[in-house]
Amino acid sequence: MNAANPTASGDLAREEIPLSKRGPASTRIVVGFGFWLFLLSDIVIFATLFAAYAVLSGQTAGGPAGIELFDRSHVLIETSCLLASSFTCGLCLLASERRNRAATYLWAAVTFLLGASFIALELTEFVRLTNAGDGPTRSAFLSAFFSLVGTHGLHVTLGLGWLLVMMAQVATLGFLPMVKRRLYCFALFWHALDIVWIGVFTIVYLGAR
Amino acid sequence: MLGKLNWAAFPLDQPIPLAASVFVVASIAAVLLLISIKGWWPYLWREWITSVDHKRIGIMYTLLALVMLLRGFIDAIMMRAQLAIAAGGAQGYLPPEHYNQIFSAHGTIMIFFVAMPFVIGLMNVVLPLQLGVRDVAFPVLNSVSFWLTAAGALLVNLSLVIGEFARTGWLAYPPLSELAYSPGVGVDYYLWALQISGVGSLLTGINFTTTILKLRAPGLGYFQMPIFCWTALASSLLIVAAFPILTATFAMLLLDRYVGFHFFTNDLGGNAMMYVNLIWAWGHPEVYILILPAFGVFSEVIATFSGKPLFGYRSMVIATLAICMLSFMVWLHHFFTMGAGADVNSFFGIMTMIIAVPTGVKVFNWLFTLYGGRIRFNVPLLWALGFMVTFVIGGMTGVLMAVPPADFVLHNSLFLVAHFHNVIIGGVLFGAFAGYTYWFPKAFGFTLDERLGKAAFWCWFIGFYLAFMPLYALGLMGATRRMQHYSDSNWQPLMLVALGGAIVLLAGITLMILQLVVSIRSRERRRDLSGDPWDGRTLEWSTSSPPPPWNFAVLPHVDGVDAYWEMKRGGSDFSGVKAKPRHEAITMPRRSAIGFVTAFFAVVLGFALVWHIWWMALAGLGGIAGTVLTHAWRVDGEIAIPARTIAAFEQAQKKSRAER
Amino acid sequence: MAERRSARNEASDSDADAHGSLGRYVLGLGLAVALTLASFWVAGTHAIWMPGIPVLLAVLAIAQMGVHLVFFLNISSGPDQTNNVLALAFGIFVVGLVVFGSMIIMANLNANMLSMPQLLQLQR
Repeated sequence: MNAANPTASGDLAREEIPLSKRGPASTRIVVGFGFWLFLLSDIVIFATLFAAYAVLSGQTAGGPAGIELFDRSHVLIETSCLLASSFTCGLCLLASERRNRAATYLWAAVTFLLGASFIALELTEFVRLTNAGDGPTRSAFLSAFFSLVGTHGLHVTLGLGWLLVMMAQVATLGFLPMVKRRLYCFALFWHALDIVWIGVFTIVYLGAR
Repeated sequence: MLGKLNWAAFPLDQPIPLAASVFVVASIAAVLLLISIKGWWPYLWREWITSVDHKRIGIMYTLLALVMLLRGFIDAIMMRAQLAIAAGGAQGYLPPEHYNQIFSAHGTIMIFFVAMPFVIGLMNVVLPLQLGVRDVAFPVLNSVSFWLTAAGALLVNLSLVIGEFARTGWLAYPPLSELAYSPGVGVDYYLWALQISGVGSLLTGINFTTTILKLRAPGLGYFQMPIFCWTALASSLLIVAAFPILTATFAMLLLDRYVGFHFFTNDLGGNAMMYVNLIWAWGHPEVYILILPAFGVFSEVIATFSGKPLFGYRSMVIATLAICMLSFMVWLHHFFTMGAGADVNSFFGIMTMIIAVPTGVKVFNWLFTLYGGRIRFNVPLLWALGFMVTFVIGGMTGVLMAVPPADFVLHNSLFLVAHFHNVIIGGVLFGAFAGYTYWFPKAFGFTLDERLGKAAFWCWFIGFYLAFMPLYALGLMGATRRMQHYSDSNWQPLMLVALGGAIVLLAGITLMILQLVVSIRSRERRRDLSGDPWDGRTLEWSTSSPPPPWNFAVLPHVDGVDAYWEMKRGGSDFSGVKAKPRHEAITMPRRSAIGFVTAFFAVVLGFALVWHIWWMALAGLGGIAGTVLTHAWRVDGEIAIPARTIAAFEQAQKKSRAER
Repeated sequence: MAERRSARNEASDSDADAHGSLGRYVLGLGLAVALTLASFWVAGTHAIWMPGIPVLLAVLAIAQMGVHLVFFLNISSGPDQTNNVLALAFGIFVVGLVVFGSMIIMANLNANMLSMPQLLQLQR
């Protein structure tokens, strides 16, 4: 296979050609990689918010610090919901690979409920803090806390919306390649949010001194 | 009902903004009217506005950049004129609150709406062609990116007509940019415009990285790619990694301003220094995002016009990747004077000096490429040579300021201003102009007038030195940046020279506009029928000028660096050894309006947020959501181009090449 | 010819390639649950040397992130995953610099700032 004879082909078995020289990758791989890059960019947004939290966590402006405000058992329940939803999301993806509609809907519904529970729990915490006068405008620490945890919660909420849209797509379009690619991207997104949450509960909640 | 918006938003009582607004609105209206009268809307909508073709999108990016260059340059010449007369006790013609908006708008526009679109536009046109593929990885997202960038540009320019712009400089440091000290809409315009265009930039970074890593012609491995593709890869990776920092930091400032958070406020624990730290953690990679594609252009241009392969391919790749990594390790040099200790300052000072090394490697490789070559002094090469001299000077002043004690004297002086204009104009802009001239024939099918191009180059080159060398001297004499007037009349002669330089630059810009007009009018005479007007080395020159929508009838099979050069030497071309190769139908992405529509709603959203018109903001958000959902259900995203269309095109190409 | 080649690329990326199996997810869940419970226990216990707790928490968190990456996101060291791994490495590099760089720099800056009484003194 050389430039002078561009139409000659197949002399080398496909496996002997290095991956980097096999020509354009499939749509599945292209979309997956592009979405992976997007997720990495999202992680950098969280990194910036983490950095702000790390720097400002001591700036309580005379108000309460994290250790006084956070309820660890509440966070453990939240964490369990999100972790479980990550698992059921994986099951949903496997079901969609098998083109099993009923199982896909079932596991998507469970994922949705677990995710929604996470958001509900988080909102109760936010409301509790705000009503007690410890809302995000109280101090730099609280601004950073609400922004970091709130941004994660916003991502989860948008993810729930995306999950609903995906189920609507499965219902109306079936398991088109396009739909399956998007389900795969959703699963990547959902798992990544759980990874970010590991950082959040460790640094913000368990790390509060 | 209309939030903070009222009639006072229009600059009816300020002559200069009023005149500028009338001029801008009238110009836009004239253009829209012309298009309507000539009946061009259907064509423009079908072929350009809804196009997802990377070549078309790249051209639109470049057009945006050139138009914004005019706007940014007008700001510049206004500043130069002001400083030329505001010596001693004189106040000049621009009051401080207006002058501050001008330098803020100048910087914002030049970086975000000239330099970024220019390099992104060039990468858009060229990358798929050099990689031997049909389009970028995500063509519809490409369109979205462009229109979001245009939306940001529109919002910034809208601030001229309705409201005001930020007075904080192009990076909007708090506490000045906080609500307490900037209660007007200026900073909000700045923030929302850049958040919107920032989304576009991030999507571009993802798009290009995926394209380069996953979509290459068969046989085109990593070390067979042109160096332009490597620098585009590095730049795109930097975009993906750095722009989120900007997004998050601006979001924090927006939360402070809109909801009363305390990230960067003076009270309740906020830390304004944190903003400076974060914004430059983005800001330094940003300048490498701009310069790396320019370096790539120079690698292509110098190799082509020396008639030799680029010297030191591997070391170029390593240098590029080194710059990519190191660019994330120097950002504190932008705030040496903010009060870090000597140990932290020295670390970043040393890292800043180290990052000059890979750039030096590149410069030597270019010199070794030129050495022994058969050099043709076409316009692109003139830009490259002008760059080498100018950028090296700018780089040296940068290394000077990398020494913290020296920077304590020079920080925020006109010396700094001279340095960054030196590297951005001499580096990014010269590279963009080289790329513009070099790839213009490929994009449009005819060359640009060579004589006018050379005249324009010399005006830019001479004008640059006249405009900015005095600033180095003034900086050393104690002149600070962003000053609306100064008391030392000894500075005035140098300011006058700088104004002279700005006028020479104006001549350069005028000559470029003239060059475009003259070239378009005489385009039949300067048609590029071969597709290869410069005797090029890389794959884009194997296509017709302009290439068909599908770029390559058959994806080329590549076997080495400078693939096209090898083809030409070997005496064959890519359309096949056989006289009549069998063409197959090609599926191409269908055009889409969602880029334009999303951007429209983004403008609505941004404007509404600036003026606190909450119902309108919700409408904008809803519009965006609706557009995304509409696109989600689009199942017929591709169109098949029949084999006979392709065959007919190829036949016509062969004929015209033979006739040349 | 090239069209058929990339079509071959499409076909060979069968659905099952990067999705893992049920077993993988179950194992990942089990490990993640264990690491989560361990983290919560470590944070609340007095049985461990206090200064070591933050380090231990960090190790547990990083381990759990790894579990997610390997078992849920199917990151591996295979040649088809190289781009993904390199992108991840670059992302971690940037995250590290932004977070730890900012913390070091801001601590340094804050330490060099005048304290409130000193600032007020300047204003007199």
